[in-house]
Amino acid sequence: MSGKHTNEMRTPMRRVRGLGAAHTGTGHFWHQRVTSVAGIPLTIAFVAIIVALLGRSHAAVVQILGSPIVAIIMLLFIINTVYHMWIGMQEIVLDYVHEDKLKLVTLMANTFFCFAIGLASVFAILKLSFGV
Amino acid sequence: MADIDAGAAKGPQRPRPISPHLQIYKPMLTMVMSILHRVTGAALYFGMLVIAWWLIAAASGPNAYANVEWFIGSLIGRVVLFGFTWALIHHALGGVRHLIWDTLRGFEPADREFLTLASLIGSIALTFIIWAVGYLAMGGPR
Ligand code: HEM
Repeated sequence: MSGKHTNEMRTPMRRVRGLGAAHTGTGHFWHQRVTSVAGIPLTIAFVAIIVALLGRSHAAVVQILGSPIVAIIMLLFIINTVYHMWIGMQEIVLDYVHEDKLKLVTLMANTFFCFAIGLASVFAILKLSFGV
Repeated sequence: MADIDAGAAKGPQRPRPISPHLQIYKPMLTMVMSILHRVTGAALYFGMLVIAWWLIAAASGPNAYANVEWFIGSLIGRVVLFGFTWALIHHALGGVRHLIWDTLRGFEPADREFLTLASLIGSIALTFIIWAVGYLAMGGPR
């Protein structure tokens, strides 16, 4: 590769650092695979739990969601999914949003959204498990 | 890259396309499914709001939970839930397909058409099966 190749969009410094548009390198690519593999059994369990809970009374739902095995599976599903969708949405943003300020704001909004969803869900599950 | 440089030296420079443009492809199933994987991923992203709402309501008490039950029982709620189910299954099967491709397997034309069709048909079939089981467990649609 010659340095003056006209089709090369990255500067030599960018290429050497190899950190890409989010400046974090290939770590997210790998974490996306890890959370995808973990997501397969967790999604099956999650769907089974939802199907089992539909149509039940509030008291029954609280009891089932609060039991340790169900709560732990739900916690794993939520944490895994929130991280997975945070990486995924970041990838989508980086593909379509190129203006620096807007990119920054959108990436920040993504982080806030995923954190809020994750924390609220985890809090709810823990409250169901440990009571008032 | 001597010939490119030589070509660039004479005549006015015309910017070359850096990658082939989307419009010159005829839509193929694999391409549509690739887009669908992203669309379902984004839909699930916002669908997680409903899951969080459902969990918070369950933790808040019977009145808050009754609101969620009312929403899920409504026509819009059912459409949203059905869409979420299909998106989740389709995205998960598409994800498995991506993971198979990550191992550098399944790239032959016949293989990738099969994987693609299988995840599309599989996702529709599984969605209906899950809903049938759900309704059976509840003792029929209400
Ligand atoms: C509610 C659960 C889920 C949400 C909210 C979600 C969300 C997302 C999002 C937003 C993306 C980015 C899409 C893109 O870049 O085009 C993505 C990508 C991906 N998802 Fe999910 N996902 C979920 C469940 C799963 C599951 C269960 C799997 C299991 C295999 C999975 C596998 C993948 C894979 C492999 C990718 C990367 C695809 C690529 O490289 O283009 N996802 N997901």
